[in-house]
Amino acid sequence: MESVVAFSALAAGIMIGLGALGAGVGIGILGSKFLEGAARQPELVPMLQARMFLMLGLTDAVPIIAIAFAALLMFANPFLGQVG
Amino acid sequence: MAAGSPAEYISHHIQNLTWGKHPDGTWGFAHGPQEAAEMGFVAINVDTMFWSLLTGVVFCWLFRKVAVSASVEKPSRWQHCVELVFEMVVGSVRDAFHGHNKIIGPLALTIFVWIFLMNLMDLVPVDFVPYVSHLVGIEYMKMVPTTDVNATFGMSLSVFALMIYYGIKVKGPGGFLGELAFHPFGKALLPVNLVLETVSLIAKPLSLSLRLFGNMFAGELVFVLIAALVPFWLQWALSVPWAIFHILVITLQAYIFMMLTIVYLSQSHESHDSH
Repeated sequence: MESVVAFSALAAGIMIGLGALGAGVGIGILGSKFLEGAARQPELVPMLQARMFLMLGLTDAVPIIAIAFAALLMFANPFLGQVG
Repeated sequence: MAAGSPAEYISHHIQNLTWGKHPDGTWGFAHGPQEAAEMGFVAINVDTMFWSLLTGVVFCWLFRKVAVSASVEKPSRWQHCVELVFEMVVGSVRDAFHGHNKIIGPLALTIFVWIFLMNLMDLVPVDFVPYVSHLVGIEYMKMVPTTDVNATFGMSLSVFALMIYYGIKVKGPGGFLGELAFHPFGKALLPVNLVLETVSLIAKPLSLSLRLFGNMFAGELVFVLIAALVPFWLQWALSVPWAIFHILVITLQAYIFMMLTIVYLSQSHESHDSH
């Protein structure tokens, strides 16, 4: 029982942390490339902005899904039911 | 409502109002997550159905009202809003959809506005509706339909069915299966192609629904966490910035769901015979 709780807490922390790490790097690269493109060709900004937000949403989704599953582990842990 | 520990409060707020068949054969509402889980498949989340249908009716009513009373000389404020949304959706469809299909425009508009309205329920304070429904004797009330994985999977599986239907209709059964079997590596590596293409086909509705669900569930959970752990006189300091940020998230998620639907359906209208 205790070890299940402890490992679930660890798993939740790792899920949130690694997800945030990857998405942070990814969104940073995305934003920097967008600024480069906008500085080079300012007339393309509206088109680039729509694409950037689309990619932002796609990139953002992965850590958010990880956070949702981590929250599931934190508040409604399904493994506790298996312990009994 | 405020009674109990933070963990009880949170698990109460992420529990749907489930109506279904109890293991002993009687029908009724589940009292708690355990009973809801025991019902298994023969159960329906009444709150999800109610709020999603309500927002759907609001969407149809509003857009119909604007369309009927549209005027060139004196456009109303609502007409401006609806035209703004409409032009944005039409522009996205023109940019991303390269087939000929009348259903795609209305579909994209419905998906965008409906998901946006369902996500918008997230900005209603977390205890507002559950408290009122508690007063009239309803035990659980989860307001945001898109925080229920059943609702998002319902939508993404509908899109998936349309993808397969139009894939078969446009390319023929042979063309559809041929795309699954011969596409990335040619005829020599048929089993590898089949596995790869099937996985990427199934990943589409899965990621579509889990993306929307994950975003909305995590967002709702942050609101609930703030309400559960922060003293009531300080809650606005955290929940107001999060709500403002969340306006971006709910619009972005509705836009992404719409955009990916258009892109996926566009893919199923294009044949890859040249490969």
